[in-house]
Amino acid sequence: MQDFSKVPDDIREAAKKLLEEGKVDLVIGFEAGTVPLRSTPCFIRNKDDVKRLTWNAFCENNLARYLRKRPEGKIGIVAKGCDVRALVELIKEKQVPREKMVIIGVPCRGMIDRKRAEREVEGLQIREAVETEDRIILKGDGFEKALNKDEFLHQSCKVCSHPNPAMYDIPIGEPVKEEAPKGSSEVAEFESKPAAERWQYLSDEISRCIRCYACRDACPFCYCEECFVDSSQPQWIGKSINASDTMIFHLVRAFHMAGRCVDCGACQRACPMGIDIRKFLKKLDSDVKELYGYEAGMSLEELAPLTTFKEDDPQGFMIEP
Amino acid sequence: MKHKIIKKKDIAGFINSLIGEYRVFAPVQKGRQAFFREIGSGSEVFLDYQNTTNSPKEAFFPQSERLFAYGLDKKGLKLTVPSEEKKRVVFGIRPCDARSFSMLDPVFDGEKYKDVYYLNKRAATIVIGLGCNKPPATCFCTSVAGNPFSTDGLDLLLVDIGEEYAAEAITDKGERFMEGREGFGEASPDNMVSMGKVKESAEASMSPSVKIDGLSEKLPGLFDHPIWDSLHEKCLGCGICTYLCPTCHCFDIIDEAAESTGERVRIWDSCQFKLFTQETSGANPRPAAKDRLKQRIMHKFSYFRDNYDQTACVGCGRCILHCPVNLDIRRILAGINSI
Repeated sequence: MQDFSKVPDDIREAAKKLLEEGKVDLVIGFEAGTVPLRSTPCFIRNKDDVKRLTWNAFCENNLARYLRKRPEGKIGIVAKGCDVRALVELIKEKQVPREKMVIIGVPCRGMIDRKRAEREVEGLQIREAVETEDRIILKGDGFEKALNKDEFLHQSCKVCSHPNPAMYDIPIGEPVKEEAPKGSSEVAEFESKPAAERWQYLSDEISRCIRCYACRDACPFCYCEECFVDSSQPQWIGKSINASDTMIFHLVRAFHMAGRCVDCGACQRACPMGIDIRKFLKKLDSDVKELYGYEAGMSLEELAPLTTFKEDDPQGFMIEP
Repeated sequence: MKHKIIKKKDIAGFINSLIGEYRVFAPVQKGRQAFFREIGSGSEVFLDYQNTTNSPKEAFFPQSERLFAYGLDKKGLKLTVPSEEKKRVVFGIRPCDARSFSMLDPVFDGEKYKDVYYLNKRAATIVIGLGCNKPPATCFCTSVAGNPFSTDGLDLLLVDIGEEYAAEAITDKGERFMEGREGFGEASPDNMVSMGKVKESAEASMSPSVKIDGLSEKLPGLFDHPIWDSLHEKCLGCGICTYLCPTCHCFDIIDEAAESTGERVRIWDSCQFKLFTQETSGANPRPAAKDRLKQRIMHKFSYFRDNYDQTACVGCGRCILHCPVNLDIRRILAGINSI
């Protein structure tokens, strides 16, 4: 059995060394959150503060989102599989140079969907969540409940087939086993439904959208200088809460993610209204994979299919839609 | 004030007896969350919740509200204003959220300006609260002069005492409303004792976790303090905290027009957005995310106090619970207090 208990210490050690030797000005990682089942992004500049760094099943944010346009010189970043894939795409999109980052790569065993975990003890006050090898133990006044981690992972983690960092400078711990998810894919399952049913599902989901744009703001790839929803000249979509406008926002965002989305699930986790945002994105991921054999964030060399043209690119979808 | 009781199983029937005469707004369950919505049937009411994701401010200050419609035809300009508000019941909301109404009231009911859209709805509404028997860890109402059984902003307060809710009339309006209503019976002395016990135990479970005293005096001097550089660092700049907040009330007014007809609409704005206070020239007095986070804190804990002698925070904890990066307002305030 692999030993994961040393991971937090190894991260602290790596961060301390980087800061001490002046190899980075800043380390971005996770520290303990203020409520059970949460860790929170943190920014460490002083070697004495590395003790704040942590690693557990609650490090759900994609830290790649914080790397663009930073004033610091070199930056150390604690990155799990999906964070690294996002970094790879950001490098290819010339948003952050590879030389600017020192990647502290952490193999990931999936992050806990806290909203689902909380539901298991509905009405009870969770005071503490303790993580063991394969369980999360929720503790409160007069109760204790153990949950199997595997069952309470975020959906994107459940179907993740790249939990290990594809690129790194400092490896932490041992790689975890990578396996393709079993059973029929989410996309195939959704596609098997009649079009009207699919449209109804997506419409119902976005009917709750309050246009807080947390999905956009949590996403490492939503970095447009001016998002089209914020433009007032020309104004692309209405500002009031109108179902068509809201749908346009989600669809345009989804199309903009084609061949770039690494399915980190950050958008869905950020949504306060519990909207199934990944449903808008997964079909595009699978199309890009099927048509161009491309998976975002896996290599620095491979060109993103929508930014290049090859003679043998499939044309069928244009000629026979 | 007068007390009555209503059995939990009679709630749906009671709500059904209101629908038709009133528009009823209440917590409902959808997926894993509770939301505050207008309902069409008593069976939709979901009271076994900690708090709704969205706040009940929507009942008076909806995210998007048509102020009037206009059109131009051969006879000239035609204006259509919304008709009189139908009577409303806001049912089963938490005392913290009810307190937010008494913070919003002075904003929309100023000496100089009366906002009829808000005030008409307020005047036409009975507010029925549900006390908090088990306040979640993200709650800090007692730190901001609130209480899990606060009656501020309520006409009636319900307290869960097991099989029944004890109903306490807070205002004359509430007392009159309860009189002769379907499902309400007389409260026994035992019921009153149970109610007292529930309140005591909930209040005892909460310890003040944020120091508010002195903040309003201290904050103005910290406008250019370097602490904002670190406080804002992980903020994503999304609108969750402000949109879910029961007291945030910044709005924008827009025209949605096509050719010769259009609507003037009031929409929520958020100080966390880039466009907030951006001028036509492109200049923005709050250009960076840091400036906007500072605005949120300053407004709630300093400017609002100066203007209305209250802190614009009820301690509901929504911004803590739903922040995607766990940027906890209690930590921000602790940081400021530590200077």
